[in-house]
Amino acid sequence: MRILQSMKIYADNAATTRLSQTALAAMMPCFSETYGNPSSLHSVGQKAAEALYAARAAIAKELNCDAKEIYFTSGGSESDNQALMSGAAWGAKKGKKQIISTAIEHHAVLHTLDKLKKQGFSVTLLPVGEAGLVSAAQVEEAIGPDTCLVSVMTANNEIGTIQPIDEIGAVCKKHGVLFHTDAVQAAGTLPIDVKQSGVDYLSLSAHKFHGPKGTGVLFARKGAMLETLIEGGAQERGKRAGTENLPGIVGMAAALHEACEKREENVAKLLPLRERLIEGLAKIPYSMLNGDRNMRLPGNVNFCFEGVEGESLLLLLDDRGIEASSGSACTSGALDPSHVLLAIGRPHEIAHGSLRLTIAPDITEEEVDYIIASVGEVVAYLRSFSPLWKKTHG
Amino acid sequence: MALYSEKVMDHFRHPRNVGVIENADGVGEVGNAKCGDIMKIYLKIENDIIVDAKFETFGCGSAIASSSMATELIIGKPVSEALALTNKAVVEALDGLPAHKLHCSVLAEEAIKQALKDYYDRHGIAYDPKPLEPCDTCCLPEQEHDR
Ligand SMILES: Cc1ncc(COP(=O)(O)O)c(C=O)c1O
Repeated sequence: MRILQSMKIYADNAATTRLSQTALAAMMPCFSETYGNPSSLHSVGQKAAEALYAARAAIAKELNCDAKEIYFTSGGSESDNQALMSGAAWGAKKGKKQIISTAIEHHAVLHTLDKLKKQGFSVTLLPVGEAGLVSAAQVEEAIGPDTCLVSVMTANNEIGTIQPIDEIGAVCKKHGVLFHTDAVQAAGTLPIDVKQSGVDYLSLSAHKFHGPKGTGVLFARKGAMLETLIEGGAQERGKRAGTENLPGIVGMAAALHEACEKREENVAKLLPLRERLIEGLAKIPYSMLNGDRNMRLPGNVNFCFEGVEGESLLLLLDDRGIEASSGSACTSGALDPSHVLLAIGRPHEIAHGSLRLTIAPDITEEEVDYIIASVGEVVAYLRSFSPLWKKTHG
Repeated sequence: MALYSEKVMDHFRHPRNVGVIENADGVGEVGNAKCGDIMKIYLKIENDIIVDAKFETFGCGSAIASSSMATELIIGKPVSEALALTNKAVVEALDGLPAHKLHCSVLAEEAIKQALKDYYDRHGIAYDPKPLEPCDTCCLPEQEHDR
């Protein structure tokens, strides 16, 4: 097989992204100059407090909310946990114990819902159909007098499908139900405006939009109940204790600003390349695109290839300089393949042969063509000695 | 730290004995598609010696490497030795496998046993069924972890 040794293509941006130079430059002084504790009264502490204040204001501006509605967390998982626990606490207070979500949420949401189930909440997970989408009508139908909270992700991390968040927000408002959205995968390619979408809680994670790892945001609308998960000092207005991760927060603010500023430009670059990738991979026999063809993130491509297993596919692509991901159970050490692929109706054996390519705007047409050719070669090679392939299509 | 040893990667990248033996004396297939691994082993046996072995595998890196190593370990050996091959021997020959991948080596052991059972059945050779019973180790439950 032809291998271009020099190629190095990172196509796993849904897992994490490379820190942007702008974010890095913004972070550096926080280590050497603004290293104080924002709670300290001396000069270096107050400098840190100012940087924290500025970062909060900058993020609030991007999300179209008040700075007081921004809470810094350790990332998407913590934000999701805190949002759901808060919505549930409000429900418990009101005697409402039903929560509505979807079958394809991230485990940060699904596992928190499992925990809430054990605490006596009833959880309705809406099916998403083969396209991987839910509708506002489905949400409205599921809402009852007992519903306290709806949690629907803005965009899915595996198949990239984009949910009708604004419409769902309107339905929730109409019925007086709290609404959380995990927007972790959306930042940078989809517009985020918490006023327009009418969300009460929204989760973000910096490392998904070229910011640093271990830092995130929970937006909580003023007046929406907020539970404290981490007890201690009075940081984040008593809602999240712990000395602030200032370098992370400042880097996140810089990354978010850059991502929002370049959003349209980046989307314009990504879309034709995503289309080229999808069209190229669709030519591989017995391949199928996962997730809706149109309502999907501009950088997300996810395919299943019959008769091959995802981990071996990934390892051979890695040998060719292509870094990607798979929903195969073997890649995660899980019992079952991706719950998302199962939820869109892929049988187990086909879900094991999935490949997720999540591209960044710096990818070139030549690299896309190289990916298409490489995936085609590797799939054909693995099928050449796959008993499953022979059984079904031999 | 890399997921796999150099040995595993070598056998995964350059699997030995891939393919089919036409008119094989014994064929064994184990695993199932639902769990993400199927292993099929073909044996050519002459005078009680395994003169050739080939495999076809649908599965992850360690499944392919385990099949490759297992065939290497039995070629040229008497049937009795192949019958005694353990998954542990396959793992050792591969310089280890991650804990959650050990079942791949078990599949390789079982595939060989199934092929030998098939050989006995086809040739009307009486055998002790005990060591040939498949142990049901398809998927081992592990933690899920998504990104
Ligand atoms: C949709 C979604 N939600 C939540 C998370 C968790 O974010 P973090 O890794 O920052 O905790 C991720 C990424 O892992 C994600 O893709």
